[in-house]
Amino acid sequence: MLDQQRDYVLRTVEERGVRLIRLWFTDVLGNLKSFAISPAELENALEDGMTFDGSSIDGFSRIQEADVLAIPDPNTFEVLPWGDPKAVEARVFCDIHNLDGTPFEGDPRQVLRRNLRAAHEQGFTFYIAPDIEFFYFAPPVPGQAPTLLDDAGFFDLTTNDVAGSLRKETIRTLETMSIPVEYSFHEDAPSQHEIDLRHTDALTMADSIMTFRLVVKEVAAKQGVHATFMPKPLESVQGSGMHLHLSLFHGDDNGFHATDDPYNLSPTAKHFMAGLLRHAAEITAVTNQTVNSYKRLVPGFEAPVHISWARNNRSGLIRVPIPKRGNASATRLEYRSPDPAANPYLAFSVLLAAGLKGVAEKYELPAEADANLFELDDAGLRSLGIDTLPQSLNDALRVMENSTLVREALGEHIFEWFLRNKRREWRGYKTHVSQYELDRYLRSL
Amino acid sequence: MDALAVYPDPPSPELARTLDLAGYRWKAVGSIDAITADEPTQGWSGALVTVDPADPEAAWAMCRSLRKRDTPVGPLLLLVGGGQLADLEHRDELFDDFCLTPFHPTELQARLRHLLHRNGDAPRGETVEQSGLMLNLETYQASIEGRPLDLTYMEYELLKFLAQNPGKVFTREMLLSRVWGYEYYGGARTVDVHIRRLRAKLGEEHANLIQTVRSVGYRFGTGRWS
Repeated sequence: MLDQQRDYVLRTVEERGVRLIRLWFTDVLGNLKSFAISPAELENALEDGMTFDGSSIDGFSRIQEADVLAIPDPNTFEVLPWGDPKAVEARVFCDIHNLDGTPFEGDPRQVLRRNLRAAHEQGFTFYIAPDIEFFYFAPPVPGQAPTLLDDAGFFDLTTNDVAGSLRKETIRTLETMSIPVEYSFHEDAPSQHEIDLRHTDALTMADSIMTFRLVVKEVAAKQGVHATFMPKPLESVQGSGMHLHLSLFHGDDNGFHATDDPYNLSPTAKHFMAGLLRHAAEITAVTNQTVNSYKRLVPGFEAPVHISWARNNRSGLIRVPIPKRGNASATRLEYRSPDPAANPYLAFSVLLAAGLKGVAEKYELPAEADANLFELDDAGLRSLGIDTLPQSLNDALRVMENSTLVREALGEHIFEWFLRNKRREWRGYKTHVSQYELDRYLRSL
Repeated sequence: MDALAVYPDPPSPELARTLDLAGYRWKAVGSIDAITADEPTQGWSGALVTVDPADPEAAWAMCRSLRKRDTPVGPLLLLVGGGQLADLEHRDELFDDFCLTPFHPTELQARLRHLLHRNGDAPRGETVEQSGLMLNLETYQASIEGRPLDLTYMEYELLKFLAQNPGKVFTREMLLSRVWGYEYYGGARTVDVHIRRLRAKLGEEHANLIQTVRSVGYRFGTGRWS
């Protein structure tokens, strides 16, 4: 199979006149990285991989050996739909290996592969469908608040025209890159949009989200618009989340579905959900990895704050959507805290690890929290046994650093590097004196 | 478009159904004259002749005519009852294979497939052309109405498999085992995901080239006369 795939890629490059092949991979923070090779190098790259200096990549650096090997995954080869049609470019995702051929532990894609293998050994395939929110702004000016698309004077067309055509063009581009879109719409906040992708297996979806973020930004940039996945760019309106619809399949059977249960949830689903809930605080630094992420996770903006679950209560962390009648394959859990600035490979890895831990140890699912949790005070929440998600990056890191689960899911290398990097981010933020403080304290104190 | 010649007209409902389900294009021929009169533009791809125990001679005459043409129609599959097996003696030149009636649909399909394959009629050529879709098997290139389609390897393999068997309904399990191979563990949902992607790449106006057959699976093209 692999030989045929390579052959397919090589022939396509020849026949379509591809001039440049971009090798894509992801750093630990979830930034897309790329270097380009010529078609002449491709055969060699597919066989043996391309060596490059990993120390220039965030989270890849190690003291002794800096060189790593990028081996293209031929199944992800796609001709890029933008750029000069006379000088066609293509991309292919890579797995990063050590020079001795072992998986490189600093590569998020390899981390997800390892976690998915563990699920596969139990007969499970992990499916994910994300709802991704983002904002369109005028190109940012340093030191200034973001400018909405509907601000007078910036665009000749009305907001709806620009944003609508941007979204349409984005979806068209996504579809030509094998990323099917389920829904798309204008979100509640001004200039905010949402695109929901159709489920795929988790590895394909992580690749798709990397592609998605690039496509959204590329398409917008062409029209002079800045698209951002920053979790909370505007103080007074809701932030951008990335709700994840999760399910585990056993071959063709939805492992989460049970017809004889009032919730239509199987024991596996309940244990998995219990695992997510019990380890939610530990994995939050990964699913919400910026200082800014925690400004979204506040009451009043449709973002979850409490570690709870319910069928139709959008204030909880996990929602159990009610599938259309009789559609067993649609039974799923919607995990609502992640934001689109997360590294999808790592976020999927920790979610899967938390859920599977619940399945392995048969965690008991707490009762459904169907009250509006935002209306309860701390005592009320405590009486229900409901905790809150970490309130800041610092809180999240402190829980994460004691988590064996996250350490094992991410592997030692990424776990340590991530904590170091994020503590540095927190220190940088902590010493910053903000406009808020100046306005509030400078005169009065 | 070529088709199988099927005698008599009409053939038994079981035969018609079996051929339809397997996705073969066919036309009933009721008489020797009809062989020429009703011949499709690209000729007959083969023939199925059912021997009626009440009038076996008519069937033999049909076989002889099919064989005696300037361009003999072949391969020829005979459907014959157990009672007439003795009649096959000394008639070996009139047919390529036979199937006992009442036939088992799977056996009939297997025999027919094998005959057509041996005859070089199976879609093994360098290109597959169906309803505006063109696949070059040599270069792995696909295009629709002349517009190149950029497909991933698995999308290409799936489209190739479907287009090589137009009209035939495949279950998702069958597609999974034929296209992905048994070692793939993703489950049949993978097939749905890829079908969805293929439809998007074919474009709105061609998306229905791959049809969903409710609670069964998928099929390329519409039916026997598409």
